[in-house]
Amino acid sequence: MLALQGAADGTGAVPGRRVAITGVGVVASCGIGAEAFWAGLLGPAPTTTIRRVEGLDATALYGPKEIRRVDPFTQFAAVAAEEAVTDAGGVDALRGDPDRAGVIIGTGVGGLDTLQDQTKVLLERGSRRVSPFLVPMMMGNRAAADVSMRYGLRGPCEATVTACAAGTHSVGNGARLIATGRCDVVLAGSAEAPLSEIGIAGFANMTALSTSGVSKPFDAHRDGFVIGEGGAVLVLEELERAKARGAHIYAEIAGAASTADAHHVTAPAPGGCGAVACLEQALLDACLRPDQVSHVNAHGTSTPLNDAAEAQALSKVFGTPGPAVTSIKGVTGHSLGAAGSLEAVALALTYKHRVIPPTAGLTQLDPEMSIDVVTGEARQWDPAPAMSNSFGFGGHNGSLVFVPSI
Amino acid sequence: MDNDEAFDKFKQCAVEVLQVEPEKVVLDAKFGDDLDADSLDLVELVMALEESFDITVDESELEGVTTVKQAFELVTSKL
Repeated sequence: MLALQGAADGTGAVPGRRVAITGVGVVASCGIGAEAFWAGLLGPAPTTTIRRVEGLDATALYGPKEIRRVDPFTQFAAVAAEEAVTDAGGVDALRGDPDRAGVIIGTGVGGLDTLQDQTKVLLERGSRRVSPFLVPMMMGNRAAADVSMRYGLRGPCEATVTACAAGTHSVGNGARLIATGRCDVVLAGSAEAPLSEIGIAGFANMTALSTSGVSKPFDAHRDGFVIGEGGAVLVLEELERAKARGAHIYAEIAGAASTADAHHVTAPAPGGCGAVACLEQALLDACLRPDQVSHVNAHGTSTPLNDAAEAQALSKVFGTPGPAVTSIKGVTGHSLGAAGSLEAVALALTYKHRVIPPTAGLTQLDPEMSIDVVTGEARQWDPAPAMSNSFGFGGHNGSLVFVPSI
Repeated sequence: MDNDEAFDKFKQCAVEVLQVEPEKVVLDAKFGDDLDADSLDLVELVMALEESFDITVDESELEGVTTVKQAFELVTSKL
């Protein structure tokens, strides 16, 4: 990861400190916890038209009084962070200098459930009955704030809000804090709980949701996304420090990029040109050539426009057929701001298990596409450079480049 | 409603909102030290009391209220 970019071709750039992933945690509709999540990704496509997280109980973290004042999106992040910190060896081993320990946990919207509930209270019972906890529950930075408070991390603590690219941007921004020397450890991720009536109605009425209720990324008959929810957190750590304490390293984050289409609020730029720029920037940041990338964990939402633009972008950057592509959204559905961090965890687990999960729901690749999508069975994979990409309403593009840690 | 009935009702609200053991809600209990309640907890408790007793408590009336006894007397003064 380049700490400072020099000329546009990368010359004159200063190599940054290396960034290791030493812990992962995840709350997803297909499983709570990394093991259950991974099993879910390798399992059959769910048939539910809304992919809810079932059976989560964060009372152990918050206690019975506080839990009622914590929006689900923050609960998802809190549970994921706890798993990630434990996975990385516990907070005492991890924290180091607390002023050099940060948190970047993004979201698309924040506490939408809370806003809906309290709007009902306002309309039915008047303004004097609106909860005094409305603001701290719904604010989009609450998940990041809670994680910093729980573990006593006093470095940068921020929430990146870039719709469906929020998770990928959060992980990239967290990695950059380490590469540039500001932090030694960062808990980075995102969370989204959009499944209130108002959230579902909003997405349904913009005709983004699948009418068939099936998520089938890159399929010829894809007809929109299936809405989901969840949260994921990764522990990012300066490589030498991680090695010195003997931490398990899933992979390194070698590059990240963020670009904007500057085109349209919901439609991708023609030919996926914004996405192309983002992928190329990320490769430049990682000092890698396109032909060195062997796997892409795609955004692959199952909407007609996204998947077409994304496939075009991948072919433009990598040629055809290019690296092995998968979208986990056939299983998870689209968890919006959470998606990028869920996918970053999926990619970290892909390094661990040396297997690429298949794109569930895909039965017939869109004939307009010339990409190599992993379908049907999981594919054995020798760890090599890989990317994870996300694209958000507003024209936000985000890319991460992972490399095996050697 | 006699005083005992009123206090039972008060206690029910406090237990519900503050998630404390009922036996902790006694007249000389301090909201901060004994019931782990901060100022926003008190706002929520007052909302519950307003609903339960069908009364209105102005924000200014809460100034200086730090114990269960003070809060309970504030409520009963309005019945």
